[in-house]
Amino acid sequence: MSTLPLTDAEARDLRALAGVMIPASDTYKVPGADDEAIFADILKSLDRDTADVRTALAHLAKLAGGAFADLAPDRRRDVAATFKQEGGAPLGALNRVVLLCYYRDDRVMRSLGQEPRSPFPKGHVVEQGDWSLLDPVKKRAPMWRRTS
Amino acid sequence: MNDKVDVLIIGSGASGAAVAYSLADTKMRILCLEQGDWVKPTDYPTNGRDWEARLFADFAINPNRRARETDYPINNGTSPVQVVNFNGVGGSTIMYTAHYPRLHPSDFRVRTLDGVADDWPVDYETLEPFFAENDRMMGVSGLAGDPAYPLHHPPMPPLPLGKSGQAFGRALNKLGWHWWPSDSAIATTEYDGRAACINLGHCTPGCAQGAKASTDITYWPAAIRAGVELRTRACVREITVDADGLATGAIYYDADGKEHFQPAEMVIVACNGIGTPRLMLNSQSGKFPNGIANSSGLVGKNLMFHPFALTYGYVDEPLDGNKGPPLNLWSQEFYETDLARGFVRGYTLQLHRGTGSIVEAIASTAAGRLPWGEDHHKVYRRLLGHRLGMSTITEDLPEEHNRVTLDPVLKDSHGIPAPRIHYTMGENTRKMMDHGIARSKDILAAAGATDIGGEAPILNGGWHLMGTARMGTDPARSVVNEWGRCHDVKNLFIVDGSIWVTSGGVNPTSTIQALALYIADSIKKHLGDGTLFE
Ligand SMILES: Cc1cc2nc3c(=O)[nH]c(=O)nc-3n(C[C@H](O)[C@H](O)[C@H](O)COP(=O)(O)OP(=O)(O)OC[C@H]3O[C@@H](n4cnc5c(N)ncnc54)[C@H](O)[C@@H]3O)c2cc1C
Ligand code: SF4
Repeated sequence: MSTLPLTDAEARDLRALAGVMIPASDTYKVPGADDEAIFADILKSLDRDTADVRTALAHLAKLAGGAFADLAPDRRRDVAATFKQEGGAPLGALNRVVLLCYYRDDRVMRSLGQEPRSPFPKGHVVEQGDWSLLDPVKKRAPMWRRTS
Repeated sequence: MNDKVDVLIIGSGASGAAVAYSLADTKMRILCLEQGDWVKPTDYPTNGRDWEARLFADFAINPNRRARETDYPINNGTSPVQVVNFNGVGGSTIMYTAHYPRLHPSDFRVRTLDGVADDWPVDYETLEPFFAENDRMMGVSGLAGDPAYPLHHPPMPPLPLGKSGQAFGRALNKLGWHWWPSDSAIATTEYDGRAACINLGHCTPGCAQGAKASTDITYWPAAIRAGVELRTRACVREITVDADGLATGAIYYDADGKEHFQPAEMVIVACNGIGTPRLMLNSQSGKFPNGIANSSGLVGKNLMFHPFALTYGYVDEPLDGNKGPPLNLWSQEFYETDLARGFVRGYTLQLHRGTGSIVEAIASTAAGRLPWGEDHHKVYRRLLGHRLGMSTITEDLPEEHNRVTLDPVLKDSHGIPAPRIHYTMGENTRKMMDHGIARSKDILAAAGATDIGGEAPILNGGWHLMGTARMGTDPARSVVNEWGRCHDVKNLFIVDGSIWVTSGGVNPTSTIQALALYIADSIKKHLGDGTLFE
């Protein structure tokens, strides 16, 4: 898999971080954000967030004292927790890209009871609801101020 | 050189489209210059699986983030509210959420009623027929009989209540507070060749179904059929004047960056509350060294935004999430002035349906509600589709220090100086916002919501742009007269939100368009009796 627009080292750290952010779960039968297909989507989708993501990853590597991906799982969690506190706007951008790709994965959507499709053209059904709820408001006297 | 036209309209958004349509029956030669493109229904995000992602890319509401070739950059300075818009045929109605309340009668009389700001030189009664005409042209859904308004009859039935609407209805009834189905510029039935809403739930970045009334599919087809020419990718740099100080036309750049002059008998500006002062300030001449029609010095001043406060919480029962138009109810319990609240004027509470799954994940992570790690999945499932949210739309009073100027450095792709925003929230607005947040929390408590969150003011919430070329009868204290004509330049008109005297506390587009129709009607009347340029 090409890691462009990131370097191999950046991509490895990002993938490791994605796995800490959203790990796979047997309970919910979902992959983690470090899943191969999801991570490939993340790399493809960095787009206008590339610079911010790189800044965030440089910060992460600094906190890790080297490659974040090479840390033991416990240490990764600790560094990630610090990073979460300190990451600022660049981390916000990184977070957004990971979440954008994770929550549009077919497997994840199905586990949430969603149909993996575009909203158009099928749309959705919204119930009319109980319009009698409005009856007390209908009984109110006019509330707007008269000006003449 | 291009052939001279009778009427040159600059900007094809909410107001430009309405004025073009109304003037078309004069059979004058009318041309509209628009810097953006047409948007095709197939371009809209809901056509694809990446629909939520595009909210952060080519359909971002903030032009600095969207950064299309057809956008101009905006220096928001230290403003706590940033300008959002869309540049293309239909203007910001391409991106609006189509929540469509009118101003109230009292909004036009704030000096008389409350002793603040100024009264408008027009009133609700004068605009009433234009509101009705605009509702018919745009296609508005809603329910007649709202006690917060003079009686009016939206042409289509209201949007469905849905689960979220019922949750709000029960909570507000418990408190004994007003709520009502919103007037929405969304078709709930087939309407004038447009299909009904199918609840895609993503109205803001454009409606692929064509149910949301953006002016590219409402006014523009009718105006073009009636003979109006709409020229896209025509970015106007300046309005030109002759030695007598009358407007002679406009200089614009085409898509290739080539400069053109378009002569005209009269010019109508419809570039919105930021684009209009920017264009006017950029239109400098010997006659108008500080910008065209700016002898009052008020072009760009008195910028009003309606700072929004978002307040939300999570209930146990499942709600509509992103299904259905996001806004379908309002509460105007706190709209009219009650000085016991500690501020003057009031606000609307706009009640929201929910968010898409990705926006929920992003917002909740940013708020620290959604953790990283194994718990992420459990917490997320409790949040998704359970969010009940509302916005306080505060009335912003005019203050001259809130203004648009030209940025000395930042320019668009044609080298035209970009606008710079200078804005701080006034004390009255701040108090009103705090009140709105507290009442929103009362509603959430009545609905049984927990995990209360919010954003106040919403940073990317500068969607209502008003006041920067205000209307009035006194040329020293206003830019345009009571029917939209510039005091200083008798063949120059402004029809967009810039001309607002005060902001009211509702989304403005219905009133912006009613005003544009009223100004067009006034132009026709003065044309008829030969006093148009007197
Ligand atoms: C995300 C979002 C949500 C919104 N939701 C609502 C809502 O629910 N309800 C509501 O009432 N309002 C809403 N609004 C606001 C609404 O869109 C505006 O009030 C309305 O479109 C303003 O109309 P206008 O004619 O003043 O300007 P616009 O509709 O903004 O049109 C201005 C046009 O002028 C063009 N232009 C500007 N400068 C130049 C130039 N130099 N040369 C050529 N063309 C130029 C622009 O490209 C644009 O097309 C929302 C706006 C946004 C962005
Ligand atoms: S919810 Fe309705 S109006 Fe909004 S985008 Fe979907 S079809 Fe269009």
